[in-house]
Amino acid sequence: MAEKEVKKPSIKEISPIDVYMLLPKTNCKECGEENCMAFATKLVNRELALEQCPPLLKKENEKAYKQLWEMLKPPIKEISIGAEKQTIKVGGKYVMYRHEFTYTNPTAIAIDITDEMSDEEVMERIKKTQEFSYIYIGNTLKLNMIAIRSTSNDPDKFKTTVKKVVENTTLPLILCSFDSKVLEAGLMVAPKARPLIYAATKDNWKDMAELALMYNCPLAIFAPNNIKLLRSLSKTLLEYGVKNLVLDPGTMAGEGIGDAINNFTMIRRAATKKGDELLGFPLIGTPITAWLENKDSPAEVAQWNEAYLAAILIDRYADLLILHSTEGWVLLPNVVLRQNIYTDPRKPVAVKPGMRAFGTPHENSPVMFTTNFALTYYTVASDIENAGVDSYLLVVDSEGIAVDCAVAGRKLTADKVAEAIKEAKIEEKVKHKKLIIPGKAARLSGEIEEASGWEVMVGPRDSSDIPKFLHEKWNQS
Amino acid sequence: MAEKENKEDFLNLLNLLTKFQEIELEDVEMEFGDLELWLQSGIPTVLPKAKRLAPPSLKAKPTSILQARFTSPIEEYPGQVVEVRLGATKNEGGTRGKSITIGGEKSPPFYLFETPPPNPPIISLDVFDTKIPLAKPVKMHFNEVLEDPVAWAKLAVDKYGADMITLHLISIDPLVKDTSPVEAARTVEQVLQAVDVPLVIGGCGDPKKDLEVFEKVAEVGAGERFLLSSVTQDMDIERACAAAKKHGHAVLSFTPMDLNQARQLNRRLYDFLPKEQIIMDTTTAALGYGLDYAFTIMERARLAALMGDPELQHPMSSGTTNAWAAREAWKKMDPQWGSREFRGPIWETVTAVTLLLAGVDLFMMMHPAAVKTLKDVIMRLTSGKPGTPEKIANWVTTKI
Repeated sequence: MAEKEVKKPSIKEISPIDVYMLLPKTNCKECGEENCMAFATKLVNRELALEQCPPLLKKENEKAYKQLWEMLKPPIKEISIGAEKQTIKVGGKYVMYRHEFTYTNPTAIAIDITDEMSDEEVMERIKKTQEFSYIYIGNTLKLNMIAIRSTSNDPDKFKTTVKKVVENTTLPLILCSFDSKVLEAGLMVAPKARPLIYAATKDNWKDMAELALMYNCPLAIFAPNNIKLLRSLSKTLLEYGVKNLVLDPGTMAGEGIGDAINNFTMIRRAATKKGDELLGFPLIGTPITAWLENKDSPAEVAQWNEAYLAAILIDRYADLLILHSTEGWVLLPNVVLRQNIYTDPRKPVAVKPGMRAFGTPHENSPVMFTTNFALTYYTVASDIENAGVDSYLLVVDSEGIAVDCAVAGRKLTADKVAEAIKEAKIEEKVKHKKLIIPGKAARLSGEIEEASGWEVMVGPRDSSDIPKFLHEKWNQS
Repeated sequence: MAEKENKEDFLNLLNLLTKFQEIELEDVEMEFGDLELWLQSGIPTVLPKAKRLAPPSLKAKPTSILQARFTSPIEEYPGQVVEVRLGATKNEGGTRGKSITIGGEKSPPFYLFETPPPNPPIISLDVFDTKIPLAKPVKMHFNEVLEDPVAWAKLAVDKYGADMITLHLISIDPLVKDTSPVEAARTVEQVLQAVDVPLVIGGCGDPKKDLEVFEKVAEVGAGERFLLSSVTQDMDIERACAAAKKHGHAVLSFTPMDLNQARQLNRRLYDFLPKEQIIMDTTTAALGYGLDYAFTIMERARLAALMGDPELQHPMSSGTTNAWAAREAWKKMDPQWGSREFRGPIWETVTAVTLLLAGVDLFMMMHPAAVKTLKDVIMRLTSGKPGTPEKIANWVTTKI
């Protein structure tokens, strides 16, 4: 019963050379790369997958393939949930901190439905979950799953609700009950849905394991505030043959929140830094437990608590969340936070260059420019919007770099600005030829005037002063 | 108003929560008979039975829970964050009711299994010395005091439980009212008399004017241990530090989201001030508007500090009010996104809890509901009370 605690090198410690040594070294270019070393580098950066090397998939290279797969697999196993073609992947994390290596698979958010809700309510919640959509920096932020809870503990009722949900949505499901008979009733009407089974406990684990094997489903383990039990069940279920696990150490809202965060943190560190394979699975958080805390208070209080509890769990390693609230103000900050936490911290985020109109600009409206670094752009855009001034904003391609750095690094030049003016055909839209440039690009003013033929007005160094600037300088000019 | 009811509900919620008593968690029972059976099951004699059941492998399935151990994954950190005291009592040379110490961490934020933070993070409420445009959901809580910083500070302390006050002297801005240093210092004195919490003195962002005002304010508030917010790279650092040192204040070292710049500025400050008088601010961006950068810079700064980087071993401060720069916080949106009376403060709250987990020690905030929530979260995280698994044991079947 000795436990395996082999220290696997972290993703940062694997060098392309280690990978290269195991590759066929034929430089056949079938992967599209110049040579095997280039392929190895991209493998280490997770830009390409092993399967993109055809020779490696041949029988004679089976051993090397397996070795490489072991070497490159993430310490947090990636689990697929849902029917074929509608799966969602959770986990698959390589690191603890987002600055070490981009987080994979953004936290999946599920909304709950119970088997005692009316048909109308079930349909409404499905609709809300499916249709939730918010456009943010060019991405559509969405909800991902439906969690069906049996509050009745009645297999027939659960069966009816699961059937209804399956008939009305293709979203991946989580089936929730601690009673295996109830769960089986649900699985019977969704035999191919491959839902996440929630959950195996110290009491029901064997029956749940049988269901997971029979229906080929991933299985969650629920061991609130007891990592030792969680590990024991993980070990037992792996031995039992259930390979795809999800771990729930318990989302204790209210006073228990310290221990909840502590457990999530310990588990993720044990898996990513100490090579603990029994804990190397996705974590599920249940902010819905905020609703158990204050049953006598109005719904807004539970919604409020659920909202920030979800945020804390997104920050602290949750790969999956079950929420009850469908209110926009609860969900919006969380999908935006998830988007923020899961961006690649190594890459500057850029927006599309080109012209943007604010309000209803006319031929005398001011024309300003900024760079396409997303953060810069959205700050400037928000400041212009706040000012409520009809205007044009030209977004110049600075390769996603902020104004001051782009000027210093020659990513933003007078020629680029002149070209952008031409491409956007601004001269057809306004009858003046005055360009307001960022204060931090002041040193380019002479060059811009020369390259573009436009008169330059140096704007404020901070976009929050744009309203004042326009008021004082533009209206008088 | 919904907001008011809501605030009362938070208080009710807190009362309700404190009523719960901890209940001991039942441990897993091991059935040794079962375990032995499992241990023997690898022996070939039991195989025929296993074959009848047609298992996927020849290995028999466990029939009882296989026990595994768990050891907390503790790490050692060579570094520690310095402690910085803000405010001074009579004994300490000032007039504050109490002083507050922040920092001193030996572990990453709220790694409670290692070393819990020795000092809880604190919240300073923003007060402005002149009327400024505020988001509506914020403004409604301060309507009567918008032109009176003294009344504003009292409201923030008495009603909204501010640990500290950040007095933003924005009227000194040459482009606003160009208030003189003497006049600004008078406002500071008035606020000092009205409340007894430690003060942060905020400038207007003009490095020359801020310096003149800091020098005057430092003098009239000698011994009060203000936090001068902030010292920047383009300021005459020697003069700013001299004012802080002579009159016993702390400074906020502010840099724009760049660890190297943060190190560089701190290094320059060390020539004139002890480390224990420096707090740093690496810039807070709003949720959705760069919070990812702010979060990661702070997380990296704190981890580096613990790993021994001496130039980052300072408590961190966050201008969390910046959350209101997000249009999702203040704007009227389609009804499906809910009223901004909720959306705004939850935006500030989510920004705050995220940065709390990155290591912020001092929050400068605005909305009373966000302040109340963050206080609750900090209190619970630092209470040392054990989790309450029994309360969530049956969450699956609970009707909501």
